Amino acid sequence: MIWFIAKRLLAAVPTLLAVLTVVFIIVRIVPGDPALVILGDQATAEAAAALRTRLGLDQPMWVQYWNFVSNALTGNFGASLVTGRPILEEVGAVLPHTIDLTLASMVLGVVVGVPVGIWAALHRNRAIDVAARVLSLIGLSFPVFVSGIYLLLLFGLYWRLFPVIGNADLSDPVDRLHKVVLPAVALGLTMAAYITRVTRSAMLHALGEDYIRTARAKGVPWRRVVWVHGLRNASLPVVTVVGLYVGILIGNSVLTEIVFNRPGLGKIIVGALNQRDYAMLQGLMVIYCFLIVVVNLVTDLLYGVMDPRVKQA
Amino acid sequence: MSATAEAPAVPRMPGWRKALGKARSNPTTLIGAVICLVILAAAILAPWIAPHDPAEQDIMTRLAAPGGDYPLGTDQFGRDILSRLLWGARISLTVSLGAIAVACVIGGTIGMVSGYIGGRFDLFVMQVMDVMLSFPSLILGLIVVALLGPDLVNLVVAIALTAIAPFARIARAPTLALKERAFIEAGHALGYSHLRIIFRHILPNILPEVMVMTSLWMATAVRVEASLSFIGLGVKPPTPTWGGMTRDGFENILDSPWLAVFPGFAILLLVLGLNMVGDGLRDATDPKLRNE
Repeated sequence: MIWFIAKRLLAAVPTLLAVLTVVFIIVRIVPGDPALVILGDQATAEAAAALRTRLGLDQPMWVQYWNFVSNALTGNFGASLVTGRPILEEVGAVLPHTIDLTLASMVLGVVVGVPVGIWAALHRNRAIDVAARVLSLIGLSFPVFVSGIYLLLLFGLYWRLFPVIGNADLSDPVDRLHKVVLPAVALGLTMAAYITRVTRSAMLHALGEDYIRTARAKGVPWRRVVWVHGLRNASLPVVTVVGLYVGILIGNSVLTEIVFNRPGLGKIIVGALNQRDYAMLQGLMVIYCFLIVVVNLVTDLLYGVMDPRVKQA
Repeated sequence: MSATAEAPAVPRMPGWRKALGKARSNPTTLIGAVICLVILAAAILAPWIAPHDPAEQDIMTRLAAPGGDYPLGTDQFGRDILSRLLWGARISLTVSLGAIAVACVIGGTIGMVSGYIGGRFDLFVMQVMDVMLSFPSLILGLIVVALLGPDLVNLVVAIALTAIAPFARIARAPTLALKERAFIEAGHALGYSHLRIIFRHILPNILPEVMVMTSLWMATAVRVEASLSFIGLGVKPPTPTWGGMTRDGFENILDSPWLAVFPGFAILLLVLGLNMVGDGLRDATDPKLRNE
């Protein structure tokens, strides 16, 4: 197991380096002088030159690359051009809100999606199955900001069951939970729909296998066949999808945070875009990708734990 | 005899025609196709069927409720929502069609060439694609548009960038299997160029799988375009976009909730239609499901 973990960790290193390189290139291929873009066309030549020196843009490209990569790997993403505070500090202050939202949506997606998917598979082509398929197709088609606005209108403004603004007090767990419900439903809806579909088809596939027939022939009760033999095998594709989907959740949390006016990475990224804070954008892009690489790593490891065959491969 | 006449017949995907027939008889695909066609027709006919000019402002009828002269109401500048929705369909469809066409051609070529060449080259290319996949598509699109500036072409570029890697993956997998087949070997023996083998003999065989994905990815492209417009990085006002209209409506949500509800519903409907078509096509071309 340790060898398996070490191998996976090593494999993540080139991905991280490549991610850093791509971020470096994307930020550098912007047409025009970044200093002028930041300061505006009216800036004096001296001011632009001073900013270039401050950003290290007057150094040779390879020096810039080396500085960027070595700083990023030691957790130093520089300082925001607008507030002057370290990027990691700014991100750290709101990260709990984004993690709350992403985790809550993920849990919701799994808690709703897996049982509904199994239920639909067990009642294949019956009314329940058709309903699950139609509803999951609709859920999958909801843009996150649209589901957010609809939920806000219904449960926030019309029935007034949940708060409209989601700026939670982090030290108060009840307040935190109360304010995350609506955004998490909006964000988790698509995931629940997706997991329903994957669970359904994985379960159908598993239930068609020979070992299920063998188990039935041996006289194993149907309930046990479904939950032990079927689900154990059907869970592998589901885990993969959950892992892949966390990346999408993190990306879509930007929209949820705008609709529900929640603090978080999304709010920071939109602020940085509006204020042309390139240092912040670069740092955020790296942090986003780090998060996703870590999630992929965890998924891989989980896969190894759940399926002994993966470890041996 | 010319080389073309001797060329081994390209074996068509077995059941491609049958699959299309099956897709046609599938209610999901049919309903989805009708939704997509209606929206497409609305976009094309917008100049003739829109009751008002989408940019025409009428301060006297600001934020009018749906009904009467304005079937879906008016926005904060007194512009007709229905007319703006009809015109907005053009942006959604143009951007998503453009982006997916670009991604399909570039990604598909990368996937086919990479799978065909194989070996370390293939390994390297797929590693690069994996890195591209590790950027959340909305974040990548957001940053690219922010850096290049929000206009129609840059939106297409940004959204295409997020979809290249998946298309490369989709094109590569069947290429790997196809290149071992006898008719490709025969092509080699006849001295065909690699380009000819890839584009004349492999491409027609992977087309069905790629086409199925186009519909599903177009749904994603519509969603990303709408999301970018909602954030304020879409095609600039006063051009109506569904995402931008939802944003405007959201800002007036307390007075006139319908302003956000209608454009949001339009986006939902188009994405749903595309997903339904893609789903039906996939079920029809999936060999595992075909015989059921």
